[in-house]
Parts: sequence; structure tokens; C-alpha cells
Amino acid sequence: MIINWEQFTPWASFIGGAIIGLSASLLILINGRVAGISGIVGGLLTSPKKQDVWRYFFIAGLLLSPVLYKLMAGSPSVHYPSNGLVLIVAGLLVGFGSRLGSGCTSGHGICGLSRLSRRSLVATLIFMATAAITVYIARHLFGG
Amino acid sequence: MYNFIALIVGLLFGVGLLLSGMTNPEKVIGFLDFSGLWDPSLAFVMAGAIGIGLIGFTIAKKKLVSYLKIPILLPATTTIDLKLVTGSAIFGIGWGLAGICPGPALVALGAGISKALLFVISMLAGMGVYQLVTVLRK
Repeated sequence: MIINWEQFTPWASFIGGAIIGLSASLLILINGRVAGISGIVGGLLTSPKKQDVWRYFFIAGLLLSPVLYKLMAGSPSVHYPSNGLVLIVAGLLVGFGSRLGSGCTSGHGICGLSRLSRRSLVATLIFMATAAITVYIARHLFGG
Repeated sequence: MYNFIALIVGLLFGVGLLLSGMTNPEKVIGFLDFSGLWDPSLAFVMAGAIGIGLIGFTIAKKKLVSYLKIPILLPATTTIDLKLVTGSAIFGIGWGLAGICPGPALVALGAGISKALLFVISMLAGMGVYQLVTVLRK
């Protein structure tokens, strides 16, 4: 294993992570809800009720966050190198898998691990493993 | 107040994702690529998020209602079943393919990345398929 020192951003990543952890803590302590993005979005597809309106507000916050970030820190680096077909397949798998597995990186990886859930630990280890295997196959076997 | 908090938390969450590098698919794939040039940054995102999250969720677990007097909803299931395992495995394959997960996809959409729209629509379709299968199996 060779570390990519040029891309390594320990401080920005750690502080960004702490802000994510703070957000998740505020949502559970003030609103009593888990900040799992796939759950928040997926909950709107079941049968949206009046008490689900907060989900739209949370999603609006996510959508508006780049504006706030730009004011504070300048343009973020966000580039999507994948082609359309890869994005469609990846999106379908992410959507379906996160609902079947009851969570994604935020719900299991952050909120679940923060509350020491055994289910979330298993989920996180599995999706990290299949993601790493996928990257290995795509990058090194097919030379992606 | 409830909806206002949700908006503020969404904003804060998105800023955290942007600062951490999670919204950049190349950085995510750089972390998942253990056999290539490895970028350990995402481990630092997890450490920061769980470090603070542990405090919040430890307090939340001891409480029945939130500060807005709303019942705190924490998942009650503890069994590790086939759904959890298969779903997480499928999610990971999708995450590894493009380096994008749901939160960062919405943030990238907000940043005006046109390809993020394609990903988000496909993700919603994937969630819709799950919903459809669930309804049909009942």
C-alpha cells in the first residue's frame, strides 16, 4: 500500500467529519430523527404524510449547502468523471441497496456506528468491502 | 421550528460533506483503492464524525423525547438478517462504481453538477424499485 500524500487532507476531512457528526447529533437531539440520507429521501417515496415535511427541508438544506460553502471557503472541487451509463447503474444500485439494507454511509456508517449498533457495524464493513472490491476490479482488472 | 432545524441541519451536513472531500468521487475512490495510491482522508472523516456523533447519540439513547419534546426515533431492530447483508453489499458495489453516495449526490446536484442529476434520478428509481417490490410481495 502506497499513501497518496498529494491528495491526503487530514485536517479538512477531520473537521468536515466533525461538522457531519455535529449535524447528526443536532438532528437526533432536537428533532429526534436519524440523519440517514437514504432513509430521509426514501421515506418520501412510501406515502408522504404531513409529518414528513421536515424531509423536504433537510434535503433543501443539502441542496443549498454549496452556496453557503462558496461564501465561506470558495468553490468546492466536485468532478464527476464517470460516464452516463456508469452513473445510471451506480445510482440504481445505491438507491435499491440502501433501502434494502436500511441505510447508507450516513445512516449506518455515521449514525449507526455512533450509537454502537451491531447491525450498522456489519452493514458498514460489508459495503466498505464490496466497494473496495468493485474499485479493484474496475481500476486494476479492467484498467478503468 | 422543527422544519427550520431540519433545514439548518441539512445545510450544516452538506457543508461538512463538502469540506471533508466526500462530495468528490475521485477522493472517495482514492480511499477505496487500497492496492493503488491510497488516500486515507475518508478514515479521518469517519473519525471526526463518529467522535462527535458518539457524544450526541450517547445522550440521545438516554432520552425519550428530544429538546423539542418529540419522541426520539432510534432503530429498534437488532437482528442481522439477509436483507441487511444483501442490501449493504449491493449499496457498496454502486458506491464503489462511481464513488458517490446519497448525501454527496444531493450536494453535488445543488452545486450544479449536471451529471449529479442523472445519478440522483437513477438513485430515486432504485429506491422506487425497492418500494414496488415490497408492495408487490405483501
